[in-house]
Amino acid sequence: MEYISLIILAVFVNNVVLSQFLGLCPFFGVSSKVETSLGMGGAVIFVITIATAITYLVYHYILVPINIAYLETVCFILIIAALVQMVEIILKKVSPALYQALGIFLPLITTNCAVLGVALLVIQKDFNLIQSTLYGFGIAVGFSLALVIFAGIREQLELNAVPKGIKGMPIAMITAGILAMAFMGFTGLVK
Amino acid sequence: MSKLSLITKGIIKENPTFVLMLGLCPTLGTTTSAINGMGMGAATLFVLTLSNIAISLAAGLIPAKVRIPSYIVIIATFVTSVDLLMQAFTPELHKTLGLFIPLIVVNCIVLGRAEAFASKNGVLSSAFDGLGIGLGFTLSLTILGACREILGGGSVFGLHLFNGGIPIFILAPGAFLVIGYLMVLFNMLKKKIL
Repeated sequence: MEYISLIILAVFVNNVVLSQFLGLCPFFGVSSKVETSLGMGGAVIFVITIATAITYLVYHYILVPINIAYLETVCFILIIAALVQMVEIILKKVSPALYQALGIFLPLITTNCAVLGVALLVIQKDFNLIQSTLYGFGIAVGFSLALVIFAGIREQLELNAVPKGIKGMPIAMITAGILAMAFMGFTGLVK
Repeated sequence: MSKLSLITKGIIKENPTFVLMLGLCPTLGTTTSAINGMGMGAATLFVLTLSNIAISLAAGLIPAKVRIPSYIVIIATFVTSVDLLMQAFTPELHKTLGLFIPLIVVNCIVLGRAEAFASKNGVLSSAFDGLGIGLGFTLSLTILGACREILGGGSVFGLHLFNGGIPIFILAPGAFLVIGYLMVLFNMLKKKIL
């Protein structure tokens, strides 16, 4: 039960994009089509879940024992970059179909600040390994959910007559604002 | 290009927030008040200038194939220093900015300038470029923070202006709304000036 509420908390209440402002670049960058946003969402779920577990282990079993916990930022970003590269190579060999689908999105994930953000967040929150991994998974699902919803809205926006001055990025921002208000409704869902 | 124009271009023509639209996460995440926005901008300015200097010095020594990881390590080093310095000297601000200080590492502005400018130009030009872009970023964040603080709480830089205000502008949705309308305003202004 505790784990279920942790996932709900991560997906809806602490939605990574709409309430914590992490991973905004891919959120605005790859949300023009529902199909591509599904691909990006899949890749992000995959990488964040693994990255959170690995950075957790590295932090608690390598950095803390040898007293260099202050190097967490430097370490984590290198781990994430290496991990993304590795996932790409393994996926290419093991499942070419999935690699084809996620292909171009994988390298982009290194610079997705949600990955590093979640890795640092679970350390701050003092979660254990299972909680960290589940929280990472939940955050990534929340990211994908917001991304797919937003892509759906933007596809509709393309077809509508938007005033010239706010076409493009400004209207996308305002739409995201209204979407964020909707997500505020989840506040208090989990104690 | 003269040194002065290197600085001014970052403020209007290549404004990182309103024109290039880079580094949106800290822009929206930290600007709950003018002073927070300014603090975040200053931290980024510091990292950007120093990493630009270091990268333009090291560019000749780093093989092209491993340049991106090397740049990230250089940037992460400065970010860690800023993080520790802020923890020591401005603990209040460090607490409010929280996660966004270490996340300067993945701020696309910093890596973007390293790759697009510092790796190809001299030390002095790179330093001025970092300063200019950093100033533009700080300015946008301060303006955004001030707008949200005025609309949401009726004060600016902690100075009380009027009672009331609409709290939604300080909460998450307000960030998106305010930046959306500021972008419209900026586009209009830019058309008039240029």
